[in-house]
Amino acid sequence: MTDLTAGGVNAPAIRRVEFDTEEAKARLRRRYRSEFRFKVYGFAALAVTTTFLLLLLSSIVSKGIPGFFQNVIVTDVLVDAGKIDPEGKGDAATLRAGDYTAIARAALAEAIPGIEGRQLKKELNGLLSSGAGDALREQVLADPSLVGQRVKTQLLLADEADVFLKDSSTTIRTIADTRGIATPTGTTGDVTIFVGANDFADDIAEVKAELKAKAAAIMETIERRKARGAGPESLRDLEREAADLRIRYEAAATSETLDSKTPSRLVAINGGIVKVKEMTPTLVKGEVIIPLTSTADAAPGTWQIRVYEKPESNRNLNDRGLTFLEALKAKGLVENRFNWAFFTTGDSREAELAGIQGALVGSILTLLVTIGLCLPIGVLAAIYLEEFAPKNRMTELIEININNLAAVPSIVFGLLGLAVFLNFFNLPRSAPLVGGLVLALLVLPTIIIASRAALKSVPPSIREAALGVGASHQQAVFHHVLPLAMPGIMTGTIIGMAHALGETAPLLMIGMIAFIVDVPTSLTQAATVLPVQIFLWSDLPEPAFKMKTAAAIMVLLAVLFVMNGLAIWLRKKFERRW
Amino acid sequence: MDMRPDPLIMMTTQTAQATVAAKPKIVARNVNVFYGEKHALKDVSVDIPERSVTSFIGPSGCGKSTFLRCINRMNDTVPSCRVEGTILIDGKDIYDPALDPVQLRARVGMVFQKPNPFPKSIYDNVAYGPRIHGLSRSKGELDQIVEASLRKASLWEEVKDRLTDSGTGLSGGQQQRLCIARTIAINPEIILMDEPCSALDPIATARIEELMEELRHNFTIVIVTHSMQQAARVSQQTAFFHLGHVVEVGETPQIFTNPTDKRTQDYITGRFG
Repeated sequence: MTDLTAGGVNAPAIRRVEFDTEEAKARLRRRYRSEFRFKVYGFAALAVTTTFLLLLLSSIVSKGIPGFFQNVIVTDVLVDAGKIDPEGKGDAATLRAGDYTAIARAALAEAIPGIEGRQLKKELNGLLSSGAGDALREQVLADPSLVGQRVKTQLLLADEADVFLKDSSTTIRTIADTRGIATPTGTTGDVTIFVGANDFADDIAEVKAELKAKAAAIMETIERRKARGAGPESLRDLEREAADLRIRYEAAATSETLDSKTPSRLVAINGGIVKVKEMTPTLVKGEVIIPLTSTADAAPGTWQIRVYEKPESNRNLNDRGLTFLEALKAKGLVENRFNWAFFTTGDSREAELAGIQGALVGSILTLLVTIGLCLPIGVLAAIYLEEFAPKNRMTELIEININNLAAVPSIVFGLLGLAVFLNFFNLPRSAPLVGGLVLALLVLPTIIIASRAALKSVPPSIREAALGVGASHQQAVFHHVLPLAMPGIMTGTIIGMAHALGETAPLLMIGMIAFIVDVPTSLTQAATVLPVQIFLWSDLPEPAFKMKTAAAIMVLLAVLFVMNGLAIWLRKKFERRW
Repeated sequence: MDMRPDPLIMMTTQTAQATVAAKPKIVARNVNVFYGEKHALKDVSVDIPERSVTSFIGPSGCGKSTFLRCINRMNDTVPSCRVEGTILIDGKDIYDPALDPVQLRARVGMVFQKPNPFPKSIYDNVAYGPRIHGLSRSKGELDQIVEASLRKASLWEEVKDRLTDSGTGLSGGQQQRLCIARTIAINPEIILMDEPCSALDPIATARIEELMEELRHNFTIVIVTHSMQQAARVSQQTAFFHLGHVVEVGETPQIFTNPTDKRTQDYITGRFG
């Protein structure tokens, strides 16, 4: 051995792993480095995916949670018999047809009394949803004796008001340390308020600073566009706007006019609210939104200036509506409640009335059709292919085609459904029946492949054991192999169903994208499904629908999580070792 | 290596010799088996006597398991397999097209190399065969069959209190005895055992061998084994397979003490294999 290591013989020595040589140490270091690098890459990949997942989930949850809530006005209303049942019939049909919106409006008028003028009344009533009286209607229908009495009920707010209350981007600044005595000239309509000190000097300076900043921003835009080669024609409007702004902020005049592009200012005085249209340091001219109780002098500190920081033109709720809403809030009438109606109503054009029950029921009906077709056909096909089919060209061709079908884009199945089920068989459009058929086609390959894998994973010793005691091949399969493969088959089926639940594209092709208000009650009624509902809502411009979209996504994800959890549970519960 | 036989073999051969039955239960003539192109079994002709243990020995890949699986037509389940020649059980050709191989397997039971109880209760494991063949008329009768089978497989005392437990929860030796109980529950005439002890420890092996000694009074047993000591201990006849041929068949003591063929002698003395 010694002469081998000393290199004393001609035959190449078979070397042995050394611990101490530099070469061995270098190799070891290289190996450690490479292993460490691999660990770092793996960790980095995991960190990136986790971050994206968390971002996605937190974004959906933060946007979706408000969608599950709804602001309502909770107040006592007088169920006026004159508006519901003037003839005193008292039957359900009459009670159902009653004008509950009028009652809701009356209640609102009671909460904020003294509103005059068509415009203002319209703004006030605009706070209420068109379905504001629905809750009251249900109450009255449940108990007709409520007619003529005062009833505590909730009135649904319209989506603009609801979104405003949920969205904190409009801050209201209140200046309470007013220094002069304020004297209004009237209690309604256009009024002027004289102030004993120059309380509005700061506001004017503020407005001028804002105008200046805005003009500067516009000038910057103009410069940028010029640099990019924009023609003078296209910049004319911007230049004119900037010039107007400059005239306004450079004017030494002490009077300033407010418009919808600057923050709105209001004066709260003598129990009423005046929206400022024009102001000098010592007087303001404006329009009364909530009537004042008197024209008496208001002592310093008893009147306030309120600033709505977000300009009116950037809001969905205008100054009047906002003022009314704030007044209702100040009276403690507004409540944010969990919106159960979201789960019990169908779609609607009004965001505050829209719910997902229609889509949920549509999804359930569609999936029932899908699973009813897929499970027996898929499992039997898998059993035949795996256990009984002769191993020849034909079988191979079928197997390859099944594997390929699993990779076919889902929209193709939609087109197939359109051509075959709708055009050839004349099945009804938009129906869960057709949706289920199309999704069954889509999911069938997945189920067949999963079932075959599950059947294949049952060890051959079980088959042999059964054959060995004189069971026929079919008995061996149905008594032993299939029960053992069932957890795998169920897992595959549930994952296939989850896939079907999230599928949108093929359903668009067969018309399940229609706007459908009614909750479907049969397989042939028009319906939509959850992902399509999400798609429809995401297309709508109202901010309230954005929240509903996120909320519906949360419901869809929750259903998917439950389905996948069920699959994991089944697998764990029935997993066998042999 | 000297040719003196193992003392253990000497001992068992004496007891075995007395019980050799003369009447052949299974008669195989010129059996050829092909797996696709591969000629696995060549002109095998063997007589297997009734109510005795016949062991097949030989090196790996010599065709002894293949022949065993011909006896209950288990090879039918291998698509590429082709069997030629005749195998008669009680004078009836088992490859007769009119004969149902599934019924044949109910008369020719099989115990496999690896214990393979069904992942069901011990009771259901044993009751499965009688159930599908309609061997019991009532629940009570089925209970009796299960108990009798487990007793015959000398497993009853160990499992009588936990018949509803899963068969896969037993130890390896117990599982194999359960498989034997499952086989004898359908009361076959012949029991084929394909290396039944190769996955078991020596104690479990000894118990199975004892069992075989008891069972041979009621059943015709054919066993494939790699252990020559086991063949010598349990069997009355031995067939030596080599490269698809049956080299030598005879009384076990004769094969082990005075083989006629050189290859047999080399194999049992450990020169190859």
